[in-house]
Amino acid sequence: MSPRLRKIAVPLAAVVIFLILWELLVWAMGWPNYKMASPSDLVPAFSRYWELFLVMGWQTLWRTVVGLILAIIVGVAIGMVMGFSRTMREALYPLLVGFNAIPKATVVPIVALMFVGAHDFNTVLIAFMISFFPIAVSISIGLSTLEPEYRDILRALGASQSTIFWKIALPKTLPEFFGALKVAVTLAFIGTNLMEIVSPHGRGLGALFDSGKTNSDYPLMFAVLIALAALGILLYYIVVWLESIFAGWAERTPG
Amino acid sequence: MTNLIEIKGVRHAYQTPSGRLPVLDGLDVAVPEGGFVAVVGPSGCGKSTLTRLVAGLMKPDEGEVWLHGEKVKGPRSTVGMAFQNPVLLEWRSILKNVMLPLEIVPTKMGRKEQKERARYLLGLVGLEGFEDKRPSELSGGMRQRASLCRALVHKPEVLILDEPFGALDAFTREDLWQTMQKVKEAEPFTGVLITHDLRESIYLADQVVVLSGRPARTQYVLDVPDRGHDIEQLYTPESAEMLAILRHQIEVAQGRAPAEEGAA
Repeated sequence: MSPRLRKIAVPLAAVVIFLILWELLVWAMGWPNYKMASPSDLVPAFSRYWELFLVMGWQTLWRTVVGLILAIIVGVAIGMVMGFSRTMREALYPLLVGFNAIPKATVVPIVALMFVGAHDFNTVLIAFMISFFPIAVSISIGLSTLEPEYRDILRALGASQSTIFWKIALPKTLPEFFGALKVAVTLAFIGTNLMEIVSPHGRGLGALFDSGKTNSDYPLMFAVLIALAALGILLYYIVVWLESIFAGWAERTPG
Repeated sequence: MTNLIEIKGVRHAYQTPSGRLPVLDGLDVAVPEGGFVAVVGPSGCGKSTLTRLVAGLMKPDEGEVWLHGEKVKGPRSTVGMAFQNPVLLEWRSILKNVMLPLEIVPTKMGRKEQKERARYLLGLVGLEGFEDKRPSELSGGMRQRASLCRALVHKPEVLILDEPFGALDAFTREDLWQTMQKVKEAEPFTGVLITHDLRESIYLADQVVVLSGRPARTQYVLDVPDRGHDIEQLYTPESAEMLAILRHQIEVAQGRAPAEEGAA
């Protein structure tokens, strides 16, 4: 098998095996679909509501991506401030950790009340709040642990702080940044869906899940979960692709 | 004759949580143009502080550092540096790593000339054919060679080497000593070499400065006669004698042997 084919075939086979095992489990246990829907129940659910899935899926996707982009901008900014200044690092760490420790599910109703009706804004806000922390921490650690010699080789030539940042500190931090971004992607999805499920008259896959719940359409609920997983995989691999472009050097060929 | 590098009465102390820690206390080093001085001393005696002073990365509390008749006030592009850690940038090819200083220092060289210069230096240290490799694909000795090229690419007047061969195995080290001699012939520079290897100091340098234990001052200066580049010279009685003197001076610096009359 060519390595390229293998790269696609192996994970695809794993997914197929997983679906078969799931189907078998539900069949063997004799579960009705309100207890646990099986993959064969999902096909009619998808085909019946495919238009809704497209519209809602897009809603969820764009709000997650916008939240994520905000998280990158703010996370990198906070990370830079904390990475370069010890005082700021000491000052901001407890605040950040405290903020991150608050379960975002408890923030959702507060935000929903604060900006009543601004559904898009609220959803993006929650996606952002839940996902910027790993980015800020990774950038700050990447910058603050830069070995002094790296700085010195450029500083000794009279390079400015910003030159040192662009030529050395930033590229050297990229692998950590992408590692954090992979975590942030899945977190942002959680944030988006929290808001979509909780807020009334919501949009997005979360709202579709909620309507499945009110209508006792259990296969639909499971179908939403699968759709969410698919979107998550899509975004994750986009990040992996970006990583291979911008930080591919950090990947060592095995052997 | 004026010295290219002149360190006069330098004193320096670091602020630590437990108070002031003096590291340099009356340091005098003078290097004539084209000279190569090795600085040896007990570990932790402030040798690396010395390199940072000459590079203009920090200012001494007292005393002066002069380069080419000018007082050092900050970093200067006429200095090239190499450390024990080769600090190559993993996301750049070896050639691009070597060319890095040319992106900082104003240069009259065009893009093509810069590449030629970097290729020429890499050839000089025996790295031709490795221009497009990543640093992680090279051995420790090869990385150190590339680091040396980077230190020289902008034709610095002063080359500061802070234990550049310290992390290498003995064979690779001797190999690099010979490369160093070859480079010095092709690309004349004035150099300061910080080392803890006495054989390295007498093989490469024409003057060896022994620093006392912390806080460091100039304890002893040994002039090394030019004896060619043959590594065998290290096994002559003459070399053995010089090594014995230096070893004794290090012991004095460590406080393990009493200073003799007229030693310093």
